[in-house]
Amino acid sequence: MSSFPAELRYAKSHEWVRVESDGTCTIGITDYAQNSLGDITYVQVPKVGAVLKAGESFGVVESVKAASDLYAPVSGTVVAVNSALESAPETVNRAPYSDGWMLRLKPADPAAVAALLDAPSYGRLVG
Amino acid sequence: MSELKRTPLRDFHVAHGGRLVDFAGWEMPVQYRSILEEHKAVRRAAGLFDVSHMGEVDVQGPDAARYLNRLVTNDVAKLFPGRVLYSPMCYPGGGVVDDLLVYQRAADDYFLCINAGNIAKDVAWFHEQAAGFDVRITDRSADYALLAIQGPQAADIVQSLTGAKLGLIKYYHFGEATIAGVHCLASRTGYTGEDGFELYHAASDAPALAAALLEAGRPRGLELAGLGARDSLRLEAGYPLYGHELTADISPLTAGLGWTVKLDKGADFVGRTALLAEKQQGGAQKIVFFKTGDRRIVRADTPVLDGEGRPVGRVVSGTLSPLLNEAIGSALVAAGAAAHPLAVDIRGAKVALQPVKPPFVDLKRQS
Repeated sequence: MSSFPAELRYAKSHEWVRVESDGTCTIGITDYAQNSLGDITYVQVPKVGAVLKAGESFGVVESVKAASDLYAPVSGTVVAVNSALESAPETVNRAPYSDGWMLRLKPADPAAVAALLDAPSYGRLVG
Repeated sequence: MSELKRTPLRDFHVAHGGRLVDFAGWEMPVQYRSILEEHKAVRRAAGLFDVSHMGEVDVQGPDAARYLNRLVTNDVAKLFPGRVLYSPMCYPGGGVVDDLLVYQRAADDYFLCINAGNIAKDVAWFHEQAAGFDVRITDRSADYALLAIQGPQAADIVQSLTGAKLGLIKYYHFGEATIAGVHCLASRTGYTGEDGFELYHAASDAPALAAALLEAGRPRGLELAGLGARDSLRLEAGYPLYGHELTADISPLTAGLGWTVKLDKGADFVGRTALLAEKQQGGAQKIVFFKTGDRRIVRADTPVLDGEGRPVGRVVSGTLSPLLNEAIGSALVAAGAAAHPLAVDIRGAKVALQPVKPPFVDLKRQS
């Protein structure tokens, strides 16, 4: 069964968001998403400094099965990317909420995160 | 959508976490744990595959050998009881009806293994081509289950379940054996590039045989493997898959299977005239295998471009090689372009295709 940690917020497009203590947002894909994709073979993320708009595609996650777009759950500026995924994209399968994180954003509007789904709502969406 | 067909191991797959998908009208496990891990387990130790969706056909009668030699491009006359032959079977124009294994049980008794998606088409073709030959053609697909056990540990695992001397069955040979109490046609063949067996047996025996092979194999590193790993293993080994490297429009010569086309076997066969002309004049297109040095998978149907960016063909198979950690694949390209630099566009990035003569990895198959 997929797990959806209660402290995270979720987008309908299957990304999760964690608000860090410094106000930045860490973003990855959900356990449900990694499980549906199967073996993840490639993750393409933007460069640090890129400006993302909520709902826009910011990258691609590829599995043996298919390539899927990644969507920004909130608007903001990329302050860090997980470069370890370049050589070990399977980390997203193994640890989607920790080592498999994809990027960190400085959100344009910190309040926007609250508009995302909470864990029970996301769980119902994919249940 | 019409009802999916199920193999006798459908419940076994569900019980072992198999992820079932529609494959050629069959509900089949694409993976259990991970396609990449199952692939590596087969190269490292062993994998167990349910391939019961494959079709089986008996061809029997006084004209069986002559009939089959007219149907397939390889030379059936070279067979003897216990010997297996791989061959394409062509249309008059040289395109491929199917590729199959031909087993000779006796001089007038042959057994064929055909692709699941082609069973109805092949059986109709067998009957259509039988006019004037004294042969009986029987579709046995529903009677048989087929388990493939592949990998360096496969033969030892099967040997642990039988008193038959499996060492006597060499590569591309077969014999009868009772394995874990189940009567099998044990064929030393496979679709992974590894040593191993394909075990044909009565459909009702499949759950017992699968359970016995899994139990005997697990201590030796055997894992259940799905069709996802089967596809990446066959591509890494450079084997064609019908519908990809071989189709009604792609001849065996175009696909690089010239070794299976015996133009001089001393018997006319369906497609010979067209294949002879293709050999003499050169084909218009060619299947090439490639790797990219990049992890992005080059998917089937991606256009292939020449050095100037002009389209010269398309990708027919593509995956990530779990051993090489880079994209590998095959493409159908204009013959004149095959020896020149080729590339594909992946989401706006130009990725060069590096030509490879398969297999992509060293295969340790014993024979």
